[in-house]
Amino acid sequence: MFTAIVALSGLATLFGCLLGYASVRFRVEGDPLAERLDAVLPQTQCGQCGFAGCKPYAEALAKGEAAIDLCAPGGQPGVVAIAGVLGVEPTSAANDGEPVRMHAVIHEEGCVGCTVCIKACPVDAILGATKLMHTVISAECTGCGLCVGPCPVNAIELMPVEVTLSTWKWTLPAALPTLRTAA
Amino acid sequence: MKDYVLILIGTILVNNFVLVKFLGLCPFMGVSKKVETALGMGMATTFVLTLSSACTWFMYSAVLVPLGLEYLNTIAFILVIAVVVQFTEMVVHKTSPVLYQVLGIYLPLITVNCAVLGVALLNVQAHHDFLGATLYGFGAAAGFSLVLVLFAALRERIAVADVPLPFRGPAIALVTAGLMSLAFLGFTGFVRG
Repeated sequence: MFTAIVALSGLATLFGCLLGYASVRFRVEGDPLAERLDAVLPQTQCGQCGFAGCKPYAEALAKGEAAIDLCAPGGQPGVVAIAGVLGVEPTSAANDGEPVRMHAVIHEEGCVGCTVCIKACPVDAILGATKLMHTVISAECTGCGLCVGPCPVNAIELMPVEVTLSTWKWTLPAALPTLRTAA
Repeated sequence: MKDYVLILIGTILVNNFVLVKFLGLCPFMGVSKKVETALGMGMATTFVLTLSSACTWFMYSAVLVPLGLEYLNTIAFILVIAVVVQFTEMVVHKTSPVLYQVLGIYLPLITVNCAVLGVALLNVQAHHDFLGATLYGFGAAAGFSLVLVLFAALRERIAVADVPLPFRGPAIALVTAGLMSLAFLGFTGFVRG
């Protein structure tokens, strides 16, 4: 009994130390820049940037092979964050006024309750059940548009988010580069 | 020498781990949709099984038997297998990115496979020596890979066939697996063990 406990604890300790040592010794250095970029991306893995997910986009960004304004869910704050990490100015295209924020809207009369869009949504912003009408939780929707294609009855449409008191933002004055790099 | 050849033939064909002993059925059904993934899985399994059967044999005869703790073999083997696979994954990731891309995603999958533990426990039962135990693990994995690749090839062909509606998907796959198992029963009695 005593030997068993000692032997097993000894083995477990030995193996634990071995693995701990190995994880330090054989640590694989990823690209630190890519990891920092990956951290500011929204991680919805929607693929709208044209890459397979957020990580591949971050890697392409780190290599300078991708434009910084491709991330739709990230929106303008995302572009600013990426620009901040890369140490470049936010792209001029993104500077020309705020791009209109979009969100998906399900036309209720068209929805047949097939749940296809629910599976497509990367942020679980669509609510509904089989053969019951679905709806979009606007506050959660990132406007990535992944649900538009799969809908068999074309009942989903991207619509601009109406500016309300809670979503309205004071646009930054154009000529304040210090503010922007700080962000 | 003859014994070792018999171990190989016995594990690959006669007592095939998947079709006769019914171990490792999860990857057999899970990763057999495409021949390439089946090949990758087969290679990863061969790697892990050979390594783990050598390590568990060493563990059993160098630690458990001298201490009189044979009854702890299941938990000790699980420990050894998990550590060996984790460790190799780290080393491979560091030293050979190409190999890691081929095997990497399958290595953690195979860690918790019952075939791996099954080989270790059967090795103990059969009182193999070190080389015998390693060959037993290698043969089991080779048999597993052979069957997996054959089955994947069959499933690729079935995927384009006009299967009656109630049989589509997993049903026809299980029917195929059953027929393959029947075919492998033809080897019974070829070699003992």
